[in-house]
Amino acid sequence: MVENRPWMAWITHLVLLCGVLLVAFPLWVAFVASTHAGGDLLSGVTPLLPGDRLFENYRTVLGSGLSASGGVPVGLMMWNSLVMALSIAVGKIAISIISAYAIVYFRFPFRMLCFWLIFVTLMLPVEVRILPTFEVVSDLGMLNSYAGLSVPLIASATATFLFRQFFLTVPDELTEAARVDGAGPLRFFLDILLPLSRTNVAALFVILFIYGWVQYLWPLLVTTDESFYTIVMGIQRMVTVADAEPQWHLVMATAVLAMLPPVAVVVLMQGLFVKGLVETEK
Amino acid sequence: MHKRVTFRHPLLPYLLVLPQLAITFVFFLWPASQALYYSVLRQDPFGLKTKFVGLQNFERLFSDPTYLNSFDVTIVFSLSVTLSGMALGLLFAVMADRVVKGAATYKTLLIWPYAVAPAVAGVLWWFLFNPTIGILAYALRSLGYDWNHAVSGTDALILVIVASTWKQVSYNFLFFLAGLQAIPKSLIEAAAIDGAGPARRFWTIVFPLLSPTTFFLLVVNMVYAFFETFGVVHATTSGGPGQATTILVYKVFNDGFIGLNLGSSAAQSVILMVIVISLTMIQFRFIERRVQY
Repeated sequence: MVENRPWMAWITHLVLLCGVLLVAFPLWVAFVASTHAGGDLLSGVTPLLPGDRLFENYRTVLGSGLSASGGVPVGLMMWNSLVMALSIAVGKIAISIISAYAIVYFRFPFRMLCFWLIFVTLMLPVEVRILPTFEVVSDLGMLNSYAGLSVPLIASATATFLFRQFFLTVPDELTEAARVDGAGPLRFFLDILLPLSRTNVAALFVILFIYGWVQYLWPLLVTTDESFYTIVMGIQRMVTVADAEPQWHLVMATAVLAMLPPVAVVVLMQGLFVKGLVETEK
Repeated sequence: MHKRVTFRHPLLPYLLVLPQLAITFVFFLWPASQALYYSVLRQDPFGLKTKFVGLQNFERLFSDPTYLNSFDVTIVFSLSVTLSGMALGLLFAVMADRVVKGAATYKTLLIWPYAVAPAVAGVLWWFLFNPTIGILAYALRSLGYDWNHAVSGTDALILVIVASTWKQVSYNFLFFLAGLQAIPKSLIEAAAIDGAGPARRFWTIVFPLLSPTTFFLLVVNMVYAFFETFGVVHATTSGGPGQATTILVYKVFNDGFIGLNLGSSAAQSVILMVIVISLTMIQFRFIERRVQY
């Protein structure tokens, strides 16, 4: 603080509190709605204080789902989301770290071509090639499978770039020392480079887990079998019930459950999250 | 940049890049080339015959009022999301940068919506604005405005803009905060000694020094508003009422999967690709020569 102006401090806190309220308000209302009986929500305005149906509602949602939308238990959807998010995070990190290693630590013909081919994927988000990608996945028989949910989203230029940037900062002396001691490329990668990349891997993991969890369009396309629904897209099936008002108390319970894991990751691993976000984007 | 010390191996490097290249080819390059290829073809309604039509699909799109309307909607939508999200993010970041006590708590409480899926954000605000039971619709009604996003296109567009912005504020906040913390305090102190008040210091020193962050966020937010907000629209308004919230990405999906118009959807994909590629290029050119003062 450059100078002492007490009224500025008050305004600062006031604005920040407004921000926090603005950000938290929808979550609070969703939580409150998820603790009421269905009937309470349909008569008049949404209440602002929690009701007494917390456990009943969440048990219903997790265990048996909504009958109006196929009755897929939300517990199963969360499991699918978890599998998808974890496979995307682990898969992306695994394939990008080895390809970055090859590009940085080896001289081989077509090295730059490989680099550019990977680079191009930055410019082709799934949204712009929806239909043909869907066809490929369907031709490969990967519809309604965990592989179909995760593999097409695994290639990522950002992760490869991140590792490339990091490898370039690793001192050459380490490589020389390893070579003098007789370590081959694989040994050097496993015993030196991988342990050095630990924090980067962790930060990237946090970002990619969230990326995988919030996917919407892709699961919507490749899953027609209800047992492969992910929770984020499952909510959409719950709110678009034909000719009826959605069962808001259960929809909101599902929304809260859909937000819980990634938000918990952000809040609990804030340091890694911020590091990962800043590094993947620059 | 290159490494001075490298390894030599006839096979290993190829094996290491193979998984990523294979996935890139199968799921990125091949589908993208297919989109290019389909965009110059037209299928008859029964899917029996396909013929080469050159650029006719594109010509049709640009003379199609619903497509042009979708362009307009996308521009209004993405500009609103980008500008309001960045303005709020900057406001909170400036305030959080000033705060001495509790900065970490405020940060935690402001960043979590980043982890909320766009579709879920959409459903939350859809519920808040629900014309019969939503609390915000109720508040608006008591102020004399009859909110109904199922009927009014403007209301529906505002709804998806609010939901998309709400989710993105945390992202802008984090990057602006990082940018603010990188500004040397000595500059601001010098200005204060010269008698510049907080507002003047912000507009003449802090804001210009933030310009790299601002440009970067401008591009990222445009990409977000163009592509990642599909979930917000699809889970709530489904592009309606009428075509009021049909953004370009939603239209590609709708024409391809629901309308099964292969050629048109592919041509739209190609147009979107051009948009992404130009945005990415702008971002990369800018990052290579980061604006520095």
